[in-house]
Amino acid sequence: MSALWVIAMAAPGLALASSLTGVFATARRPVPLRFLSLPLFSLSGLAALLCGAMALANGGSATLQLPLGLPWLPWQLRLDALSGFFLVLLGALTLAVGIYGVGYVRDFERGRDQLPPLGAFSGLFLLGMELVLMADGAYLFMVAWELMTLSSYFLVAFQHDHAANRRAAFLYLLMGHVSGLCILLAFGVLASFSGSFAFAAMRAAHPDFLWASVAFALAFTGFGIKAGLVPVHAWLPEAHPAAPSHISALMSGAMLKVAVYGFLRVVFDLIGPLHWQWGVVVLTVGSLSALLGVLLALMQTDLKRLLAYSSVENLGIVFIGLGLSLIFLGTGHRLLGALALVAALYHALNHALFKGLLFMGAGAILHSAHERDLDRMGGLLRRMPWTGTFFLIGSLAISGLPPLNGFVSEWLTFQAALQTWQLHSGLLRTLIPVAAAVLALSAALAAAAFVKAYGVAFLGRARTRHVRRARQVPVSMRVGQGLLALGCVAAGVFPSPFIAWIARVPQSLLGSGLPQAGAQGWLWLTPVSPTTASYSAPGVLFALLVLAGLTAWLVHRGAVRRVRRSDAWDCGLTPPTPRMQYTATGFAQPLRRVFGAWLRVDEQVEIAGSGPRYRLQIADRSLALFYAPVVRVLDRLTRLVTRIQAGNLRVYLAWTLGTLLLLLWVVTL
Amino acid sequence: MGGDAVNAADTVLAVAQALLWPLAAPLLVGWVRKAKAMLQNRRGASVLQPARNLGKLFAKETRVAHTASPLFRVTPYIVFTATWLAAAAVPLLSTHLYTAALADVIVVAGLLGLARFFLALAGMDVGTAFGGMGASREMMVSGMAEPALLMAVFTLAMSAHSTNLSSVVDHQLTGGTLLPSMLFALGSLILVAVAETGRIPIDNPTTHLELTMIHEAMVLEYSGRHLALLEWAAQIRLLLYGTLIANVFFPWGIATTAHPAAWGIALAALAGKLLVLGAALAVGETVLAKKRLFQAPAFLSLAFLFALIGLISHVILEQGL
Repeated sequence: MSALWVIAMAAPGLALASSLTGVFATARRPVPLRFLSLPLFSLSGLAALLCGAMALANGGSATLQLPLGLPWLPWQLRLDALSGFFLVLLGALTLAVGIYGVGYVRDFERGRDQLPPLGAFSGLFLLGMELVLMADGAYLFMVAWELMTLSSYFLVAFQHDHAANRRAAFLYLLMGHVSGLCILLAFGVLASFSGSFAFAAMRAAHPDFLWASVAFALAFTGFGIKAGLVPVHAWLPEAHPAAPSHISALMSGAMLKVAVYGFLRVVFDLIGPLHWQWGVVVLTVGSLSALLGVLLALMQTDLKRLLAYSSVENLGIVFIGLGLSLIFLGTGHRLLGALALVAALYHALNHALFKGLLFMGAGAILHSAHERDLDRMGGLLRRMPWTGTFFLIGSLAISGLPPLNGFVSEWLTFQAALQTWQLHSGLLRTLIPVAAAVLALSAALAAAAFVKAYGVAFLGRARTRHVRRARQVPVSMRVGQGLLALGCVAAGVFPSPFIAWIARVPQSLLGSGLPQAGAQGWLWLTPVSPTTASYSAPGVLFALLVLAGLTAWLVHRGAVRRVRRSDAWDCGLTPPTPRMQYTATGFAQPLRRVFGAWLRVDEQVEIAGSGPRYRLQIADRSLALFYAPVVRVLDRLTRLVTRIQAGNLRVYLAWTLGTLLLLLWVVTL
Repeated sequence: MGGDAVNAADTVLAVAQALLWPLAAPLLVGWVRKAKAMLQNRRGASVLQPARNLGKLFAKETRVAHTASPLFRVTPYIVFTATWLAAAAVPLLSTHLYTAALADVIVVAGLLGLARFFLALAGMDVGTAFGGMGASREMMVSGMAEPALLMAVFTLAMSAHSTNLSSVVDHQLTGGTLLPSMLFALGSLILVAVAETGRIPIDNPTTHLELTMIHEAMVLEYSGRHLALLEWAAQIRLLLYGTLIANVFFPWGIATTAHPAAWGIALAALAGKLLVLGAALAVGETVLAKKRLFQAPAFLSLAFLFALIGLISHVILEQGL
């Protein structure tokens, strides 16, 4: 076994060990969880990071047969650039989450929660994700996929004494199963053409357009549910906030990306020739997700729900990139297809970094102030300067502002979209600019959402007493956040090396990398050619620092230096109280009026006995438009079934006999 | 050696061009105010008055609220620097610009976004009602104006096949005719410029009437040198939008060589164009009244629609022209 496979096997092995050691933790004896299970968890992430990097560097693919599985369906593992990239993403996030978790799980030691499931299912969850990324056959893929889904169900249901969490977990389980079923059927279609469940055989077989499209539709539905795309996203904002925050970080940052991986593996790798029509579907769904996700994020007052809806938006942006890539590849523009794919993958990596960071920040607030509601926070920057600084970096990154990483991937996506002129179809030429407009709109609204989140939570004055008494979080939690913040800065300021690595994925998948991207040296990013577009992130940062230094120096030399602290002026009105500050609800009010038609806003002022009360409810339209009809149909069908379930044993036996006879007759045909 | 000399001259000129931005910005604001005063049958203050005001503010003591965090104190520097760098990437006098290669038009929009992000946060920092109100409204206006800006410049970028502003201006100089898509983009950009620089009918730069202000509400708690930097940044932003419109749509006179005479002509041409644009802005502000806040979205969605129509008419009608 080569060094690559030793490390690659260490990753799931350590995850399993983390799971097993987690079982022995109790509230009285938390040591196994804190000092055994979570460090093993981090180490597993490190191993995944290393083997992913090696697989990316390798370029080619390596396979390994495991002595597990069924006799005619052995478990085979394979590492290539695509799985390598996602292993790096998963590993980096897991490493930080494991460190952060050491401090965070202290919260649960005091409570009534049972510790063993937390450690045990976290390890299994990680194991599932790692095996999905390494699987080289539909059988192992599905086993690992279900392991990931089921173990994360238990993590969502971890604090099951709240009814809302139980409901969220059930919805999550249900949607996870629908998703798993669709993926299974997609593999079924592919396997019927290849005659085998091994990916190698599926890759060799090329189904015709109709069946390929059926497989695509099934795979897109299945992976789309898991990735939280509109309109099947409703489980996501329920489930992600319900889990403990470090698991939320992993679910939003990594698990959604595993769904992206699955989509890429099936559609770009296994199905065969790509068709631009699929790209149109993906682009449309991606644009809708980006827009609705950010609008709903803007309306939330629960910080973790806000972050969850923003995941819908960011996955929408990833799928806009993938849709562009499919369109370009389907029309024979390999280089542009590779560019859009790199943009999508870069955004996936960035989202893992900043969303992981932001969920950790939300967890830090939850840990020290026991508060998730933005409208009760305020002034936390002074109480928690480290968390405040890291959260600011995350907010800037997710808002797509230079010189951080979110900007680079959005810039690349725009650059790909601006190459529309190379296409010939009028439909595509119209569609892509509209998608670019949606991307621009959602980026601007994301900035509004995060100004709101950061401004209300960290700035101003504390709105409640327990928030005013918030304390600094333990060192391990700060280190975990710091690592990801560093990642955000590095991926933003030095995009060229990152892109050179990511470009190995299209190189191995499509046979076409991005030769131009770093051709002008590491300082410059020139995705198409230097004359078309160039961006120098180190240059911009350097110029910003120099100009800021120069300004500060001149101002401090030339201007009057005295600074006096005084009360806030506020137009000279009565001294403001913390309750007079804008709340998160108030902040979003203008945009709520503008985009109200897209949402279901229920706003009422009730004049009751104890004075007027303001009530605001913002519902997700997809629940009413998409879920409710499905539920109604299912309900009606199950009612039909109850007719034959009369509760009479003899009738049941008669049904059984009838079925048996029918089956025997079918078999003898 | 000759090459080096040219490069040295280029560098000097690039630095000079970057320094021209903060120096020229107060003059444009002064001219707009003067023109407005003349339209109202007043004599008005000197064109230099905004610059004098800045000097006065720099000489004053700075007050910071007890409740302000460190973010409040660094914001003026970030806002000023980001706006200045964004401006430096826009061709002012010459199309030969290092900074334009450093940062293309999407980066310019991004840097302006960075400045706005911090400004809005600073508005919420002290914990007063007005600051939050300004931040909330500013994010609504920019949430709709920024995509319109990007769409408008994408129309240009698509016809020039480049998002680099120097290349766009070069393309406009050599082969650019005023196509329908350009007219839509121009219309959109003008509307965006009005909204983003806080002018009538979206915001009123001279108001301190509490309930109508947007930009002024965010900077309400600032004083002294902090306020000077923020005001200066706002002036640079006005000049930036003016130059963007002037040089991208009407690039006549802009220098394409490093010759001093060419630069002189460019300076004169730019001054002429900005005089006209500033006068037009003054006329607009005199004729129009400030709209209610909730009519701003209609204004801005018009800008967005113009930009989108421009882009689509470009990709459908004008390919290959």
